[in-house]
Amino acid sequence: METYNLRVNGFARTVESDDPEKPLLYALRDLGLTATKYGCGLGQCGSCTVIIDGKAVRSCRTSVQSAQGKSVTTLEGLSADATLHPVQAAFIKEQAAQCGYCTSGLIMSAAALLASNPKPTEGDIRTALDGNLCRCGTHVRVVRAVLAASGQGG
Amino acid sequence: MKPAHSALSRRRVLQGGALTVAFALGGSLEILAQGAEPAKTLDANAVDAYLTINANGTVTLYSGKVDLGQGLRIALPQIAAEELGIGVDKIRLVEGDTALTPDQGRTSGSTGIQRGGMQIRRAAATARKALIDLAAKQMNVAADDLTTTDGSVRPRFGGAGKSFAAVIGNGRFDVKLDPKAPLKNPADYTIVGRSLPRPDVRAKCTGGMKFVHDFKLPGMLHARVVRPPAIGARLISADESSIAAFPRTRVLRIKDFLAVLAEDEWTAMRAHDALRAQWSEWDGLPEQAKFADELRQDASITEQVLVDKGKAPETLPAGAKRLSATYFWPMQSHASIGPSCAVADVRSDAATIWTASQGTHGNQATFARFLKLSPEKVRLIYMDGAGCYGMNGHEDAAADAAIVSQAIGKPVRVQWSRADEHGFDPKGPAQLLDISGAVGADGRILDWRTDVWLPQTTKGLPYIPLLGPLAAGLDDVNGLNTGLISQNTDPSYAADKIQVVAHWLKTAPLRPAPLRSPGKPANCFAVESFTDELAAAARMDPVEFRLRGLSDPRSIAVLKRAAELAGWQPRPSPGSDKGSEIARGRGVAHVHYKHDETYVATVIEIAVERASGRIKVERVVCAHDCGQIINPDGVRAQVEGCIIQTLSRVLHEEVMFDRSRVTSLDWASYPILRFSEVPKIEIALIDRPIERPFGAGEAACAPIGAALGNAVFDATGARMRTIPITPVRLAAALTDHRSG
Repeated sequence: METYNLRVNGFARTVESDDPEKPLLYALRDLGLTATKYGCGLGQCGSCTVIIDGKAVRSCRTSVQSAQGKSVTTLEGLSADATLHPVQAAFIKEQAAQCGYCTSGLIMSAAALLASNPKPTEGDIRTALDGNLCRCGTHVRVVRAVLAASGQGG
Repeated sequence: MKPAHSALSRRRVLQGGALTVAFALGGSLEILAQGAEPAKTLDANAVDAYLTINANGTVTLYSGKVDLGQGLRIALPQIAAEELGIGVDKIRLVEGDTALTPDQGRTSGSTGIQRGGMQIRRAAATARKALIDLAAKQMNVAADDLTTTDGSVRPRFGGAGKSFAAVIGNGRFDVKLDPKAPLKNPADYTIVGRSLPRPDVRAKCTGGMKFVHDFKLPGMLHARVVRPPAIGARLISADESSIAAFPRTRVLRIKDFLAVLAEDEWTAMRAHDALRAQWSEWDGLPEQAKFADELRQDASITEQVLVDKGKAPETLPAGAKRLSATYFWPMQSHASIGPSCAVADVRSDAATIWTASQGTHGNQATFARFLKLSPEKVRLIYMDGAGCYGMNGHEDAAADAAIVSQAIGKPVRVQWSRADEHGFDPKGPAQLLDISGAVGADGRILDWRTDVWLPQTTKGLPYIPLLGPLAAGLDDVNGLNTGLISQNTDPSYAADKIQVVAHWLKTAPLRPAPLRSPGKPANCFAVESFTDELAAAARMDPVEFRLRGLSDPRSIAVLKRAAELAGWQPRPSPGSDKGSEIARGRGVAHVHYKHDETYVATVIEIAVERASGRIKVERVVCAHDCGQIINPDGVRAQVEGCIIQTLSRVLHEEVMFDRSRVTSLDWASYPILRFSEVPKIEIALIDRPIERPFGAGEAACAPIGAALGNAVFDATGARMRTIPITPVRLAAALTDHRSG
């Protein structure tokens, strides 16, 4: 067993694995951080999106080894206690989730977008979220929520 | 009254009760029944099956229908709170637990509100009457002088009230649902009809939501089932030594059922991929390129006349035209974003299964059969999963988990892979439709005949055939479960003669199951495309042509509303936009769902890039009448979902297969609609508070294929009759159209 030191949601965490290629997704879920979801394991759907050093990445295609020493944020750690990140607040206000399985990944992708582009156009938002799949059909609300979270739109 | 589940020990009921997550409004999750889940009836005719008045002033509502993200978690409490006379924030909801909730049938067919919700409305109305009658005796006043508000029975004209809990004490209602119990006048509604937020959305946006995928039991092992490389292959051998490198793993084989077990998920996945197994050859699937045509020659066909009414003129009048066309809708996947998952704890005397199945109650007998336990010893508890839309792999994963748990005597979690889900979820079946008809110069439909080839649900199928039990030789149930897929094969429009003949197939190449709006997207695609073909033959505007044949005022209303909202300009199709590189067009379609329920009219506007055949859907306008609306924002969300999901099915989706297996096993080979492709959507809800409420989860799916195909015809003059309408297909059709 090797140990890997990660920084997750602001806290130092140690993960043990016999496999340096173990995806970060499973390391996070083993830590009880289950908001990050397995969708395909292929980097095709975005359900497992987390933010590493400011960028939205697919945790199913990121090994624990490569995440060593980096700062990982999951949906659980997106906001400080009892407050909501503007993207979370806007998703709730717009009721931009149905089954909710893809929601974590969508919020993380949207939060990463706003961190680098605080006033995205609708086109920017659609492009940034194009790698996140949603089967229930919440897209229209999601785009509206991200616009609202950036202080734009209704 | 008998206890809820006498066969389960009280301790086990309490364990389960403690795991039943109830949703308190406002977003916080609350654990129900930390000590005292009272024994309760499950009799679906008894008020006590649905409602418990709690001493703390809350009401627990028990629903056999479950929330899959479609909003029952707020809509059902709205219905109950309104009818009882209590704040909706005082209602706690328990869903889909065979030990606690009444069997209200599967959460399918868009029946959550129209059937499940109406049972709950009836239960709440009966409870309200019982509370008033009891209070009248206790307070020594006439029942007519009492009413209920804010959880109390009060004199209508002022004075002290008495809380529901004080009126009923620790007692039960002990009454059957009373069809005569007075219902509240919709004009007096204060809760139904409002867009109250769904209580689970906050948890879904903060990480607090626990899906079945996130559920753990102490000592639980992780299993992955190894599915055969060819659908009908038999397992010859499995080499356990091939996974020896992975710590604390093992192989479980029961006949053709093969699974690997590990203490953590990643190890189970690696062992699954490393396990060497030998399977027999099998190539029993049809050749995909010939599949549609060969449906007609299937030896198992039985014919059934579904509709036969009126009489066609013996000779067509001058100017009349006769047309015929063939339409095909392929097999499609539920394509859930999260592969199916379940947890099972099967002991020698009882089993508990946590599943995202839309039919926990309906599966109780199925699971009892292959576990060889009596049904009352098998408890299925609903937990949220990835959106399902019918029957994806949830049931199969639950059966996998139950089989493995029973074999090893420990709690087991089974997680399917992406390839498992795309490859082995039961598929929405293929449908082939031939339609012929005649239209007069005045736009009257003189003759209409639909012939439809589709797999038939096996009559009296007592159990749902599941992969695990069949592979393990634990069950021999064979048969098809497709849902009601032959509805809306006839038009809603007046015609001199309408005939529909179903050619029922006894087999389907891939196991079928109901997929959202079962059969109707395909049938409506054919019927409403052909309607458009008749309108074009008569050189009439497609909206005007439809209005001419409609008599139901609610159909007329949705069609007019959609046309008005879309700014529809009356003219025949195709339009005159012939030369430009980008062709624009609009299409309309309408459905009276099942000829009995929700009314929908949809207008789609598109741009077609002629050279590539690429379609950009620019705008979808939908007018929707589902009768009384319980929660307008909830209905809107469902209509948006119907539109987007069906656009995906129409533009992209077709399960691909070779002679042995499904080959579209990921999101690259089975693409679905992306954010960049989602159009502007405008929805007009027509609320009819005094009418019965109908479902909103399916109906708006039905017109999408035809509205899109009709828009393609309007833009380009090319008629698309095969789904999906891909750029390759459309480019080929445009070439044919130009040269033809």
